[in-house]
Amino acid sequence: MLTKRIIPCLDIKDGRTVKGVNFVDLRDAGDPVELARQYAEENADELVFLDISATEQKRKTLANLVLKVAAAIDIPFTVGGGISSVEDVEILLQNGADKVSINSAAVKNPALVNACAEQFGSQCVVIAIDAKQINGQWKVHLVGGKVPTEFDLFDWAKEVAERGAGEILFTSMDHDGTKEGFANQALARLSEEVNIPIIASGGAGKSSHFVDTFTHGKADAALAASIFHFGEISIPKLKQELKQQHLAIRI
Amino acid sequence: MEVAIIDYGAGNIKSLQFALERLGVTGHLTADPEQIKAADKVIFPGQGAAQSAMIKLKTHGLDAIIPQLKQPVLGICLGMQLLCDYSEEGDVNGLGIIQGKVRRFSDQLKVPQMGWNTIFEMQTTLFQEIKDHEFMYLVHSYFVPLLPETIAVSTYNKAYSVALRKDNFYGVQFHPEKSSKAGQQLLKNFLNLTT
Repeated sequence: MLTKRIIPCLDIKDGRTVKGVNFVDLRDAGDPVELARQYAEENADELVFLDISATEQKRKTLANLVLKVAAAIDIPFTVGGGISSVEDVEILLQNGADKVSINSAAVKNPALVNACAEQFGSQCVVIAIDAKQINGQWKVHLVGGKVPTEFDLFDWAKEVAERGAGEILFTSMDHDGTKEGFANQALARLSEEVNIPIIASGGAGKSSHFVDTFTHGKADAALAASIFHFGEISIPKLKQELKQQHLAIRI
Repeated sequence: MEVAIIDYGAGNIKSLQFALERLGVTGHLTADPEQIKAADKVIFPGQGAAQSAMIKLKTHGLDAIIPQLKQPVLGICLGMQLLCDYSEEGDVNGLGIIQGKVRRFSDQLKVPQMGWNTIFEMQTTLFQEIKDHEFMYLVHSYFVPLLPETIAVSTYNKAYSVALRKDNFYGVQFHPEKSSKAGQQLLKNFLNLTT
């Protein structure tokens, strides 16, 4: 049976992890490669690297990092952050990324989704969507949720699926950072309306939130950052708890 | 040991090369028929669409070379599917080594299937020391139904072939290079095959 995936997300700046991480066993908690290895050891199902640096060397630094991560781990990983062209995608895939996550650039240029799917296959095209509710309507936001657009979350999700996206990473800006659970209603509706896998993001605070998002939210995977980095929830323990709740989980 | 990875622009090859490196072997990416024929083991990777893959293989004349190979060959993902004679994806003929038709998953399911699924009913030494119902990482929208050549099964709504074998040709639908320790074991088993 296909299992539900647990995905730690690492924010990267200039080749280093940002936001503190609190892994006692690590020699260098700022080293994304070492963190990645640790998470792979703990049976994380996938990893996401989100590059938030804005330097001119960004492309090269990120490509180097991707190569090092690919050499170090044997589980799939996705790379995102500022990807805006087919060339950006190609460099990352050639260096060993399994998937790329595209956010703002897809909104600005939806044909990019088609181009990437046609050239590299849908399986490596993840479309990240940040959205929050405005007057009861889920609206897509850009620049880390700061800039609202006219795009409706569900319409946009359907559109990117039709254009060839292989997966959607949906972050609820309303839930992100609250630690009060994922946006399960919206997630469930996404799963009903869109026929590709959905990753839930934003709001993880405790194990029961993951149970809820896999059951009520119908999510295929759940992503979190700080609760894993700070050891608030350990992945092996979380997975045991999910399995006890009769969810399909890889242990 | 000489390991050739067939080069036809099949996407993420680095991970496969790194996985082989971890086993102490270099995977040489090549489209040169002579180098492929001379290798001890041949890996036929694959990603993307069946149709464009077949076009690229034909450009290099590899569609004629691959079926003639005598050493152990491992098709991965699309590489496994292309061992069959036909794919619904792009309505295209494969290499025809195995008589079987590649089908698309039902629209009732999330497509692609993406993530870790269990495999079972494994046969042959390719699965030596891999436990029944082990998890492997898969990402695919098309599948090979159960065939006489099926040597491992998985289910996504219904049972399908997650590995095939005919003579020296092996294929796995999952990505061993992305399937943690069990995947590494499978690659190790493949490298140890004599036929």
